[in-house]
Amino acid sequence: MAARGPQTAQRRDRTDRRAELLLGALAAAVLLLIAFMIAFVFAKAWPSFAHNGLAWFGAGGNLDEQLSAIFNSPSDPSDYVYTLHAWPLIYATALITGISVVLGTILSMLAAMFIVDFAPGWMRATLQPVVRLLAAVPSVIYGLIGILVIVPFFGNQVISAERKESVQYVIQLDGSSILVGVLVLTVMITPIMVAISVDALRSVPATWTEGAAALGVNRWRALRTVGLRAARPAIVAAAILATARALGEAIMLSMVTGSVAFAPNPLDGVTFFFEPARTLAAQIVDGSEGLSVKPFGETMYAFAALLLVSSAFLSFGGWLARRSMRKYTLAPR
Amino acid sequence: MSAHAQSRGPAGLLSRVRGGDSWSIGDRIGLASAWAAGILLCLIAAAIVLYMLYRGFQYLSLELIFSHPEAGLDQSKSGGFLDPLQGTLALTVIATLIAAPVGVGIAVWLTEYGRPSGLARAVESGVEIVAGTPSIVLAIFGLLVFQQGFLSFLSYEATPGVAFGRSFFVAGMIMSLIALPLIVGAAREALHSIPRHVREASYALGKDRISTIRRVLLPASRRGIGTGVALGMGRIVGDTAIVVVLLGATLQNDPHGGIPGLSFLQGTGSTLTTYVYNNSPVGEGGSPEKAYAAAFVLLLIVIALNFVVDLITRGRGPSWTR
Repeated sequence: MAARGPQTAQRRDRTDRRAELLLGALAAAVLLLIAFMIAFVFAKAWPSFAHNGLAWFGAGGNLDEQLSAIFNSPSDPSDYVYTLHAWPLIYATALITGISVVLGTILSMLAAMFIVDFAPGWMRATLQPVVRLLAAVPSVIYGLIGILVIVPFFGNQVISAERKESVQYVIQLDGSSILVGVLVLTVMITPIMVAISVDALRSVPATWTEGAAALGVNRWRALRTVGLRAARPAIVAAAILATARALGEAIMLSMVTGSVAFAPNPLDGVTFFFEPARTLAAQIVDGSEGLSVKPFGETMYAFAALLLVSSAFLSFGGWLARRSMRKYTLAPR
Repeated sequence: MSAHAQSRGPAGLLSRVRGGDSWSIGDRIGLASAWAAGILLCLIAAAIVLYMLYRGFQYLSLELIFSHPEAGLDQSKSGGFLDPLQGTLALTVIATLIAAPVGVGIAVWLTEYGRPSGLARAVESGVEIVAGTPSIVLAIFGLLVFQQGFLSFLSYEATPGVAFGRSFFVAGMIMSLIALPLIVGAAREALHSIPRHVREASYALGKDRISTIRRVLLPASRRGIGTGVALGMGRIVGDTAIVVVLLGATLQNDPHGGIPGLSFLQGTGSTLTTYVYNNSPVGEGGSPEKAYAAAFVLLLIVIALNFVVDLITRGRGPSWTR
């Protein structure tokens, strides 16, 4: 044993070194994958951006007609049609994501505070599996319930015939609408925010809220002013995660929002919420059968590139927000 | 409640001083809406589960589960969803087999080695970016990569030099990416929670790092890893976009090539999610009854996976993000 010692140690050292390199290479492969993803998607998307310039992001014309013109491009590569103004999709994505995240944040804050400090024990015990279940239900099931139950309900009961007539020359109102999309999406993104916020509120040191109580404020105030504020970085992180989820939600939204490339007009008043729309991610799903048509496929990759950039910015923003707040408050993780 | 109040410091203390303080109207409204939010979440979950149960019992039959889907306008002849069910199971197994070792490997490297630290930081945010990337974007990126001719062994050659780019292999690989961040996160947390002296004890016994990892740290963190894997499987089972783009979402599982087993993996197919999608009013099948039945089975699988997570985490700290 003594004679073999140094040699074995050396060999061991080498296996350890090799394991480190192997695992490190595996981890670095993630970075390589992201680099590849960005490079591939942008290279493929380039013709669409290059042809339209900044007008790509602008409004103009009927997007569905533009897309079918692209789809039916002549087969000669020099005659490919690329003209596209993607504004309705960008607008719908921002609109649906934005409203859902705002609603989801409010709902999840309230639910998290309820769970941490006010719920009776049995209710807290029920809410944990409930939140986990809501987070785990596949989006296609949300979509199915949306399109078979909620959309017909809105189409038949909520939207009056006069309302349908008032915009019948512009758009058909059948219940598939941004409102249904927003409602279902809010239910989908709330659970993840609740889970993160509950964990964050729990990690607020008891002495902090006790201090507030000692100053004579009630339970609600103590939690809202001290607890929520201390947990702010985690709440921001949760909202960003939820935004990324909402941005990428394709299947459910393509099922319940009517999938019409239409930019709902806020000037229509309440009707606005009943108007259909289509988001970027839903557009890619709808167009996935035409990916092999070169100009059409390239247009779809352009939408994907935009989503990719947005989600990368969100990750970066989340990191930045957490870092800047870490000094003053409790950091997540 | 009283036992709970004692275990939770602030709640216990605060509820005792409740009598002495004043509740303004705003506070009362806030408290009421907090109750409402909690009750609303319960109601939504109950509504979804009960409605799916009702529809499931109404439309599900053994015949549907055990018959192959067929093309046909007449719904009584369009068969069941045996193939999508097999597809879901196969795809989940493939993706998990890829994601679990890779995810654990990355987590081990990040917590136990992590040098150079710049690279470790970059990998950390890289995993976060993968987690934030929409699955539909991952899907069409996968299509781009796996249509390269030299990767045609993973699917099959559609035209000479160009791979078809859609198969169980390909879909499984991209699917593993959506499970990866969950597994990395859970495994990292589990490894972090092992006290430093455990590692030091192992080194003191003459073990090197990699055998400490294999013999001590991984066994100690297997619950955390198990949770991550189960959560990842839930994600995989529920994803539709990747299956639509990368598995072809064909009616039946459609093997390609001559070697049994391998031909299945190289072939196209569908899963329960795409079956539901295609049978909903937006798809071509247009049979809501069958969509409900398949969605019910899908929901059962998801609930079962949730239950597994519950079993694994039982008796540990009541973390809500798990």
